[in-house]
Amino acid sequence: MMVKALMNRIGYLGLWFLNICAAVGRAAWFFTQILSWGAGFKAPFKRLLIQIYQLGVLSLPIILVAGLFVGMVLALQGYHILVSYGSQEAVGQMVALSLLREFSPVMTALLFAGRAGSALTAEIGLMKTTEQLSAMEIMGVDPFKRVMAPRLWGGIITLPLLTLMFSVLGIYGGAFVAVEMLGIYDGSYWGNMQNSVEFYEDIVKGVVKSVVFAVTVSWIAIFHGWNAIPTSQGISRATTATVVQASLAILALDFVLTAVMLGGF
Amino acid sequence: MENFAELNELSFSRDGRLIFDGINLKIPKGKVTAILGPSGTGKTTLLRLISGQLKPDSGDILVDGLSVPRLSRGDLFALRKRLSLLFQSGALFTDMNVFENVAFSLREHTRLPEHMIRDLVLLRLQSVGLRGACEHMPSQLSGGMARRVALARSMALDPELIMYDEPFTGQDPISMAVLVKLIRSLNDQLSLTSILVSHDVEEALSISDQVYVLSHGRVIGEGTPEQVRQSQNAELKQFLFGHVDGPVSFHYPSKPLEQEVLPL
Ligand SMILES: Nc1ncnc2c1ncn2[C@@H]1O[C@H](COP(=O)(O)OP(=O)(O)OP(=O)(O)O)[C@@H](O)[C@H]1O
Ligand SMILES: [Mg+2]
Repeated sequence: MMVKALMNRIGYLGLWFLNICAAVGRAAWFFTQILSWGAGFKAPFKRLLIQIYQLGVLSLPIILVAGLFVGMVLALQGYHILVSYGSQEAVGQMVALSLLREFSPVMTALLFAGRAGSALTAEIGLMKTTEQLSAMEIMGVDPFKRVMAPRLWGGIITLPLLTLMFSVLGIYGGAFVAVEMLGIYDGSYWGNMQNSVEFYEDIVKGVVKSVVFAVTVSWIAIFHGWNAIPTSQGISRATTATVVQASLAILALDFVLTAVMLGGF
Repeated sequence: MENFAELNELSFSRDGRLIFDGINLKIPKGKVTAILGPSGTGKTTLLRLISGQLKPDSGDILVDGLSVPRLSRGDLFALRKRLSLLFQSGALFTDMNVFENVAFSLREHTRLPEHMIRDLVLLRLQSVGLRGACEHMPSQLSGGMARRVALARSMALDPELIMYDEPFTGQDPISMAVLVKLIRSLNDQLSLTSILVSHDVEEALSISDQVYVLSHGRVIGEGTPEQVRQSQNAELKQFLFGHVDGPVSFHYPSKPLEQEVLPL
């Protein structure tokens, strides 16, 4: 009896593992299918612009406000640490570096997963549930190219731009706290920052991170929409799965990328 | 008589339940073929098989000489440009208005100038009586209206084969009569091939050239509407005339009621 129950458990574990392998395989195949531009230039470009608006412009308010507050908090915390070494003048450098290297790519990607990723999943899941994707297929139009590809590219283009804007707002937020509230000389806030931030080491590497996050979040979101069980409960589960998996993927990838970039191995 | 589509010894099952058990169907070119059958026999499934969205377990589906289950993805999409399917649910694109829905395949598959697209779309909408609603979004339409827009959309590109899945559901007597005439006249004027799936036995028989009646995964009756009407097959008669008692059960396969419900 005991042995049989145990064998059952092991069997379930195996099945669970196989299911995960199958899902990853499907997702990988799916990615190759949606990584296309489509025929011609004008029509796909127009669809891309619509997605840049949907995913990017509509996410701006939350990204800008969040950037401002994160920059302000960083300045406040940084000041209180640095002041005990008497080096509070370096707060500008600290704010800029932590934003560009870590906070902007990660926070923006997390917010993007919650704001735009969930919307993508729900939208595509609903199109599937109401047979709009089937209808398109039967009309000889490939929904991978027509519906999903522009959304993937839209995500890949907008997230890095949003990340840069997050940094800009964060740096201004930090300046406001450091200079206006804590009384740091504004020449040293900006001057220290300019001396220490390097274009390749800090800005480019941050952008590279955000591109990786953009691919990951958009891919996960679109896949879950396409893969959703066509019911209202199926869509709600798919949306949750998108946010949870995308967030965890961002954090895990951030560790890997940081380790590689700092050459810690 | 040439056949536009043929189903040969087709079997298909879903979740272990056999839906088609080796059926043979011939869809003659240029004719209207009606497919009738009780709810849940697999009429919608059949249309999805013909359009290549589902793959049969065994048997073959030929559309214009091409074996649909064996086509590559690219060839399948090329073939589908010549087919069209009116979905049971309408399946309008909810992010486009009525005009853009009807214009969709014209824009995707042709390079017609804008004024020609406009004229074609308005003509299609006129024929289903909804030219005045071309600015509406799908959410602003009633169920019957949405279905008529979907009908206009499926005719837009002059397909060679149109499959109608329950086109008459939710139509009042007037629009029903208009649609019946429209389907027939479209078929004759553009020399299309039409497959009409319907529960409205009288309407379907009145416009079709050939009828198949499906039940329990088999073809239980076929022939001209007259032949089908006159058939002595008990199962067929029960379906056509709507008798409650007879060989066809109204219930989905299940255990006897006494076993599942407590004795009263
Ligand atoms: N996605 C699905 N998964 C599993 N079984 C399904 C699915 N869709 C349909 N079926 C089953 O297949 C059978 C045929 O369904 P289908 O929709 O083709 O019936 P139908 O003849 O079109 O019925 P109706 O006249 O009510 O539209 C049904 O018994 C249904 O239970
Ligand atoms: Mg049906």
